[in-house]
Amino acid sequence: MRTRFAFTALAGALALAATATQAQNQAPLKVGFMLPATGTFAALGDMIEKGFKLHVEEQGGKLGGRTLQFFKVDDESDPSKATDNVNKLIKRDQVDVIVGTVHSGVALAMARAAKDSKTLLIVPNAGADAITGPQCAPNIFRSSFSNWQPGYATGVIAAQKGYKRAMTITWNYAAGAETVKGFTEAFEKGGGKVMKDLNLPFPNVEFQALLTEIAALKPDAVACFFAGGGAAKFITDYAAAGLKGKIPLYGSGFLTEGMLDAAGPAADGIMTTLHYGDSIETPRNKAFRLAYAKTFKLQPDVYAVQGYDTGLLLVHGANAVKGDLNNKPALYKAMETVTIDSPRGKWAMSKSHNPVQDMYLRVVEKKENKVIGVAAKALADSGAGCKMG
Amino acid sequence: MDFPTFLIQLLNSVQYGLLLFMLAAGLTLIFGIMGVVNLAHGSFYMLGAYLAYSLSGLLGSLTLALMVGTLLAVAFGLALEWLLFRHFYQRDHLDQVLLTFGLIYVFEELRSMLWGDDVHGVAIPALLGDAIPLTDNLSYPVYRLFMSAVCVALALGLYLLISKTRLGMKIRAGAANREMAEALGINIKLIHAIVFAIGVGLAAVAGMIAAPVSSVYPNMGSQVLIMCFVVVVIGGIGSVRGALVAALLVGLVDTFGKVLLPAVSGMLVYMLMAAVLLWKPEGLFKQ
Repeated sequence: MRTRFAFTALAGALALAATATQAQNQAPLKVGFMLPATGTFAALGDMIEKGFKLHVEEQGGKLGGRTLQFFKVDDESDPSKATDNVNKLIKRDQVDVIVGTVHSGVALAMARAAKDSKTLLIVPNAGADAITGPQCAPNIFRSSFSNWQPGYATGVIAAQKGYKRAMTITWNYAAGAETVKGFTEAFEKGGGKVMKDLNLPFPNVEFQALLTEIAALKPDAVACFFAGGGAAKFITDYAAAGLKGKIPLYGSGFLTEGMLDAAGPAADGIMTTLHYGDSIETPRNKAFRLAYAKTFKLQPDVYAVQGYDTGLLLVHGANAVKGDLNNKPALYKAMETVTIDSPRGKWAMSKSHNPVQDMYLRVVEKKENKVIGVAAKALADSGAGCKMG
Repeated sequence: MDFPTFLIQLLNSVQYGLLLFMLAAGLTLIFGIMGVVNLAHGSFYMLGAYLAYSLSGLLGSLTLALMVGTLLAVAFGLALEWLLFRHFYQRDHLDQVLLTFGLIYVFEELRSMLWGDDVHGVAIPALLGDAIPLTDNLSYPVYRLFMSAVCVALALGLYLLISKTRLGMKIRAGAANREMAEALGINIKLIHAIVFAIGVGLAAVAGMIAAPVSSVYPNMGSQVLIMCFVVVVIGGIGSVRGALVAALLVGLVDTFGKVLLPAVSGMLVYMLMAAVLLWKPEGLFKQ
């Protein structure tokens, strides 16, 4: 009698447990967006989120059979609030995966928190080398680029053109310094020499003094890193100082993203390198651009692609473990070995979880970034300092 | 650095200093006369830039845009003073800081609703679009000379207004002793409204003439605001003359710092401020 009761109880408990796991797998998957919704980068955060959602919609709104529940935190691109903000998603909302963010300083704080709590983090923009370098972790992935990558590709091109003496100019912060480091590495490997590095505090836009210095030293080429409003101002100032057409200007592609209307003809002829260009002539890219434009009545850009690829990466991982994101070894394995068929072209994950991807050479023509070739094929960041485990 | 380069850098620093002065003058006036710490001053600079963008598109000329924009900015200043600021003159600085800090967010949000978050450019008028060749590969943009000229003209006008006109006399009287000035029949409320509107107007004009070279973008006010406060503190809070000297000094240190000591250029201006405050705790020109 007693044994039978025990058996029934056990069976009942097992059945209950089974429904519990079932329920858990059926429960919506919690996705936390930590992106800028206000401030200079607000538009970028919006493009990323829309890109991500576009791919989720293509999957019928489900990941590995589970519906999605979204949580959002505005990170304000403020590193000092980053730890508090990311903990709202990790501790309060207990999300299964975090997607974020644009600003490198904020992303580094997020990476630290994600590493501690072992929450899956996908970085859809921030290029700080350290995220997939010394700060790397099995649960941290990046679907965008590392700052070093476009910088290095620019250096390759400048050296190929036969320039010997170059100057660099950038804001004195991580993204600028890391891009310049990549440029210098490739340019000096190719036989050139960087004469002088100029910089100014972020986000200062008084370039005139530095432009005078460039004109005085007369390098063969100038490599720069600026983005957003500062980039538009740098380009117009460069032209107004009479340097355009005399000393060729190279830059990481972010120089000419989203501000070509503002810069006008001053931007014509500037060569940049990036992992995407609107005019990539592949059916994949065209289909993506059409779908995005149709869904959101908005032309996609590199940020939209990075958001979309974040979706591709997560969907692939979630499908491989049938929606059970707690099966971490299998999930990470799937995400590490995937080849993403992105609008930017196919890319794979490096050992330190950064995309191994083609860097395109683009030139500005009539307010458009025209892709004219590949500056570096399947370029991989070394991920120096990364110790997984 | 050879001599021509040195001269050009000097020109660069004066031009930057003059632009800073336009902003700092309004800030220091508003503080000196009404005693209001106005953190939202940078927003007026941004407002000017966006007005220049919209109006030059609408009217087809930057000169026209400048005129209409200045009028609009002054009207905006009067309305804002009447609605909000005049109720805060007698309150302590913490209240004022909270109000104006909040206004920064309000203005940013309004800007986002009205103009969006994109970066915009403003075309330089064809007449001023040339550059004067100085060395074999360096030219100096005519437009920058125009900017400096506008700043000098306005600075001169401000000086004449305050020290030579009846209105200026009333302004000075109100600043020196509010009760006595009121007792003598000066409409101090009107004076305050005028001073506030002048401050807003100056900041907006600075934004408008800077728009073609700086482009127009979200948050552009917050960058200049900090530099403005540095200028005001160095010059002596409330002193317009001090603001002029301090602005030129900051321009000089910033420009040559960037070229000669790039590694510490970000700090130099603040080191200058610290040094001045050690030497003269109330700034160069105490009011």
